[in-house]
Amino acid sequence: MELLNTLYVTTPESYLRLDNDTLRVMLEDDTRLRVPLHHLNTVVCFGRIGLSVPLMHRLAQEGIALVLLDDHGRFMARLEGPVSGNVLLRQAQHRQALDAAFTLDTARACVAGKIKNTRQVLMRGAREAKSDEDRAALSRAADDLAASLRALPGVADLDTLRGVEGEAARQYFGALSRLVKPDLRASFNMSDGRNRRPPRDRLNALLSFLYSLWMNDCRSALEATGLDPQVGFLHALRPGRAALALDLMEEFRAQADRLALTLINRGQLRAVDFQEREGGGVLLATEARKTVLVAFQERKKEEIQHPLLTQPVALGLVPLVQARLLARAVRGESEPDGQRLGYVPFITR
Amino acid sequence: MAAEDLEPVALSALQHWAYCPRQCGLIHLEQAFDDNLHTLRGNAEHARTDQPGVETAKGLRVERALPLWHDALGLNGKADVVEFSRSGTPYPVEYKHGSRHKAADIAACDEVQLAAQALCLEAMTGRPVLEGAIYYASSRRRQPVCIDEALRERVRQITQAVRAMLASGQLPPPLTGPQAARRCKQCSLHDRCQPETLGNSTLRALRQHLYEPD
Repeated sequence: MELLNTLYVTTPESYLRLDNDTLRVMLEDDTRLRVPLHHLNTVVCFGRIGLSVPLMHRLAQEGIALVLLDDHGRFMARLEGPVSGNVLLRQAQHRQALDAAFTLDTARACVAGKIKNTRQVLMRGAREAKSDEDRAALSRAADDLAASLRALPGVADLDTLRGVEGEAARQYFGALSRLVKPDLRASFNMSDGRNRRPPRDRLNALLSFLYSLWMNDCRSALEATGLDPQVGFLHALRPGRAALALDLMEEFRAQADRLALTLINRGQLRAVDFQEREGGGVLLATEARKTVLVAFQERKKEEIQHPLLTQPVALGLVPLVQARLLARAVRGESEPDGQRLGYVPFITR
Repeated sequence: MAAEDLEPVALSALQHWAYCPRQCGLIHLEQAFDDNLHTLRGNAEHARTDQPGVETAKGLRVERALPLWHDALGLNGKADVVEFSRSGTPYPVEYKHGSRHKAADIAACDEVQLAAQALCLEAMTGRPVLEGAIYYASSRRRQPVCIDEALRERVRQITQAVRAMLASGQLPPPLTGPQAARRCKQCSLHDRCQPETLGNSTLRALRQHLYEPD
């Protein structure tokens, strides 16, 4: 597996066209960028971007995904090439979604992945905390998450599971601003916990943006694997919602949180990089988005040791690895001894 | 079952099945295909042979990319090259980009595909096809293959097995043991198949400790 680049086009009124074997980004009559197509895995366009039909044909032919997002990073559309759509796998998925035991088992694994990974964020923060107060609060929250994790095997239905998850998230976000350096906390506090649509503080605005990037990658990974991104297990079916992509993304949220904290604590993002709108909504400014996108792309290139693979793999490919493991669980594939193990999320150390 | 009711099996599926049933399932059942160095080289090689056409050399009529089928067995596909002698006897030549695999059992997978082409040509022309050849582009060797009864029986058995898999919709399990060690590494579908994550004690352990805090 090779991690190819994602081209994010954020400058409004940019125009993308095909130029032999390269993609050319134009702004008015100037060429701003040329990218060889064989370096690309995905092209993501934010908002008002134009592109030529010959380019669309070529992207489809090469199996390069074209994803259109609105100005806020919300998914609008995706151009799919001919090699996609595995009807048998989707059929199995739809069957499994009707199987209460499989649904609960998979949903529970997704929540476990999320709780384990976010708990690692808190424990690492506690180890590195500069004040006793922070250390105590972070350890307390980590203990709460441990309790939530232990409660999971006993959960008998999805509603209870979602309750446990919600409570764990509340504890986690209640402690998360303690991972921001003390002198930056005035600008990046999260005193109201997680909020969105719109986010109402800078940390929430940054998390929302990073989550939408991970979400998009998880969705693409599922599509590439042939799964239906709308039919989820933990997240209920709702028209327009990519429920399975949300399920898969749970285990990657901690990755987004870690990157957000790094960007803030290293001063790569400052208070002025956010816009406060009338009424209290907060948005990441356009220029600052580029900083985040570059950092996100860099982070995805970092190689990690996946517990199940024999070779190191780029973090950006882990959603694909996990989507394939999920496909295996959905197909009901068994171990050589006939035992079915179910889905195993990606757990970081 | 009447011949026209048989779901056709692609000739290439027989080679895939002989190499690894799961590879065959991923390609022909799930329609997955990933390129690697081997497949890209193969594509480049076939770009040359896949041009349909006729030419005459040494009194032979040479057909490239010739459509083949066998109604009774329910096979269809294409032959890279078929040479017709003056008397009209067909001689199929399958092009492979590499050189002949050192392991006989792996090289034999290509022979199954060639033999299936021979059976198609027999049914299509009514002439016995007792020999064909595999041309290895890298080594530029042409290896004659005798289409004997054992090979024919293998074609019939594999055709049945592939058809049963397609009908069941079930993806076969990955190879294990020494076969996996020798075949999986060169497979373009390796990343998609994840053979090493099945029957893996790590997966089991991860699943077992999923609900325990570290």
